[in-house]
Amino acid sequence: MRRVASRIVLALLGVVACAFTAWAALTPIPSGPRDQLFEIPKGTWARRMSGDLVPILPDRIHLTLGLCDVLVLRNLDDIPQIFGPTLMMPGQSFRLPFAVASDYTFDCTAHPSGQMTIVVEPFPDTPWARLVWRTRQLARPTPG
Amino acid sequence: MRTLSPLLLCLVLAAPVARGDDSTLTAGTFDPPRAAPDFTLRGSDGTDLSLARYRGKVVVLFFGYTHCPAVCPTTLATLARAHKTLGDAAKDLQVVYVTVDPEHDDVARLREYLANVNPTFRGATGTPEQLEAVRRDYGVSSSKLEAGLFNHSSSTYLIDRTGLLRALMPYGQPPEAYVHDVRILLGAGSTS
Repeated sequence: MRRVASRIVLALLGVVACAFTAWAALTPIPSGPRDQLFEIPKGTWARRMSGDLVPILPDRIHLTLGLCDVLVLRNLDDIPQIFGPTLMMPGQSFRLPFAVASDYTFDCTAHPSGQMTIVVEPFPDTPWARLVWRTRQLARPTPG
Repeated sequence: MRTLSPLLLCLVLAAPVARGDDSTLTAGTFDPPRAAPDFTLRGSDGTDLSLARYRGKVVVLFFGYTHCPAVCPTTLATLARAHKTLGDAAKDLQVVYVTVDPEHDDVARLREYLANVNPTFRGATGTPEQLEAVRRDYGVSSSKLEAGLFNHSSSTYLIDRTGLLRALMPYGQPPEAYVHDVRILLGAGSTS
């Protein structure tokens, strides 16, 4: 009896996995806001000057063409911050659209390492690509 | 772009491409835009060169050096093609090329170099201290390598007719992107 129950559970798990896979692979990804906002919080410079090297922006930012392919940076700190070749004043935003999938490395004073990488992935237009994209989304932390 | 030199990293900053309606700039945009930091350097035409001198025109500001083997020739050629495509409207466009290598790029060298690209383009040079101050105001990086080469920021700055720093065009964009954005800036003044 216990063996039968185990088989039923396994079968159900298999059905669920198959259903998720089919959904993830075949369902079109809905479009939404294409902006990915990152803010350099107030006090970033002061924290770094005091020796606090806790990363504030992620070292790697993932964007996807056609879905979320516009990087928006906002400097909420009290002093100018450099993002790549861009000097952002306090309170200023910088909006950069991408149209080519690649990895982009920028200097960034908001990072203890002084660098950040933006990974721009191609639009997931095949079932396999959609499946991979959705799986990755589940594993990634929500930006904020 | 994995673990390449900053120069090569710059080569792949060619991402943003025009999308959306015609009122949207292709380049990365600043909100709110700030006044473009002004400066006074020695122009390749032999006179003092300041941004205020070009108020009323759209200024494309670019930093580099005349011995640059890749980024500068590519960008200047792109700008020259864009300038040509703009036709009569190009009279209200000014390209300013600020050197990061004052040791080699004097007024005569800049004039000779730019004359082969587009005679309306203006170079600017000065003392190392003056040039460093300008780079700092714009967040431009530059570091000297071996054999007289430099790593330097490869983006260009777009300044509108009123002197506002409106946008930053990453390296590698086609001439059409500049034409698109310059036309918007020529028509819109200080508004997006």
